[in-house]
Amino acid sequence: MQRGERISQILVALATIALVALPVVAATFGSTYAVTLATRLLIYGMVAVSLDLIIGYGGLISFGHAAYFGLGGYTVAILAFQLAEGVPIFGYDGTNEALVAWPLAMLVSGLAALVFGALSLRTSGAYFIMITLAFAQMVYYVFVALKYYGGDDGLAMARRNTLGGARIVDPQIFYYICLGLLAAVIFLVGRFTRSRFGMVLTGARMNERRMAALGFSVMRYRLVAFVIAGMIAGLGGALWANLARFVSPDMMAWTKSGEFMVMVILGGLGSLFGPVLGAAAFILVESTLSELTEYWQVLFGPVVVLIALFAPRGLWGWLTVRRRGA
Amino acid sequence: MSALHIAGLVKRFGALTATDDLNLSVAENELHAIIGPNGAGKSTLIGQITGEIQPNSGTITMFHTDVTRWSVPQRSLAGLARSFQITQLCQGFTAEDNVALAIQARQGSSFRFFADARKDRRLRDPARAALARVGLADRADRLVEELSHGEKRQLEIAITLAMTPRLILLDEPMAGMSHDESQKIVALLSSLKGTATIVLIEHDMDAVFALADRLSVLVSGRIIATGTAEEIRVNPDVRDAYLGGDA
Repeated sequence: MQRGERISQILVALATIALVALPVVAATFGSTYAVTLATRLLIYGMVAVSLDLIIGYGGLISFGHAAYFGLGGYTVAILAFQLAEGVPIFGYDGTNEALVAWPLAMLVSGLAALVFGALSLRTSGAYFIMITLAFAQMVYYVFVALKYYGGDDGLAMARRNTLGGARIVDPQIFYYICLGLLAAVIFLVGRFTRSRFGMVLTGARMNERRMAALGFSVMRYRLVAFVIAGMIAGLGGALWANLARFVSPDMMAWTKSGEFMVMVILGGLGSLFGPVLGAAAFILVESTLSELTEYWQVLFGPVVVLIALFAPRGLWGWLTVRRRGA
Repeated sequence: MSALHIAGLVKRFGALTATDDLNLSVAENELHAIIGPNGAGKSTLIGQITGEIQPNSGTITMFHTDVTRWSVPQRSLAGLARSFQITQLCQGFTAEDNVALAIQARQGSSFRFFADARKDRRLRDPARAALARVGLADRADRLVEELSHGEKRQLEIAITLAMTPRLILLDEPMAGMSHDESQKIVALLSSLKGTATIVLIEHDMDAVFALADRLSVLVSGRIIATGTAEEIRVNPDVRDAYLGGDA
């Protein structure tokens, strides 16, 4: 246990140094591709950490997390679009300011998570998986049908949001913004999972009947976790929209939800940092294998199977947890 | 004043009437044992007292409040604590974590997000004290999955006590314990007598006759007799229905 914690700390320190240094190193090689790729990793990592809060700690297997990611992205893109068109939305002119648009993205995703969570948390097991998927598909088809916002083709953002009035042109600056936000998310989710709230959430995964007998109405705690995770995914979507300067219904496709789940499981359920590692592994494997073949998932499948077989606690568990005793 | 009052309770599962117009009254601070043969409907009765099972008709009153339609957590917060016949613990947590959760449940809302619960002395000190009371002080940091069967039973009781209940429902607390372990629990329960109302469901007749102020005998979903140990021993209906020929 002690030793595992020591290894975790070393890994986190090394990863932090690597991530802080990455744009500088990339610049010396004149590579902007690496920074873009790493920014994707940070954003996916953030969404995966939020999903880990509900799957890994809460034991709530949500198969619709991409919906909150997509809603966050669309919120930002639509606000910029309305401003550019000069057409107010719900009496609001729209905005291109990150300090307004990003919190609004979190609010929209959080509200969706509140409604969908309140309904889906009445079920459990396979039904919960199916109903979260169904809600996400509903949102997906709504945006496919919204021709005003591009429908299937998606909606482009002319430029990135401004931050406190300043434009974010430099990809390196945007990278560091994402890195800072990821660090904040990991810090907060780490605190949540260790708090009284986190003990109830985790305890309810381990033994719901016991927790009810102790006097906990576990659904309320689960719903709050679900909303927090949805809000973080919404922030991730807002960042993604700014990175790609484009949103489309693909952001909320069920395959995207599946990818987020793969990242969490690959990295290690309930391991806080693991999902970021899972996201890194996913992006690296995707970008290298997809250069080899268009059908890279044929190769990726067996990799996931091998990890599931030989590292049941995910990559993070495999790295940090050593066999004890014997 | 009665701590627990059950009137006209009926629960049917299809054609089976598991609880059949059951009446029971437990006085405050009494240790009341419920005994009965297998299949008498003990589990169904417990389920209805705790709120896990909804009765078809009848009322359950705790401390003069009708709780018949209350949820499990609501009844728990009103002062009911129960131990499970088959241990219900959070396996991935330590023994101390499990008890600390019981204490946490009694300290208001757990929508507290920032402070580390494992470093909170308001949770940890009373948790250690409760573990010490059942003789598990030196096992506090062990994961539940590392505890022996008997230790898990003791942990169940530590959790129940840590809830500072007014009404304690113990579902076969001594089941599966060694003789020494159950002696410890008998001593613990007798030390609790008079401080809380205890409803004890137990097969160990020695323990029941030693501890109980009164006993009720449950047969086929009905209470057929209630009285002191001596009254129950000589009750002809009970001898007939339950204690059988060998009594």
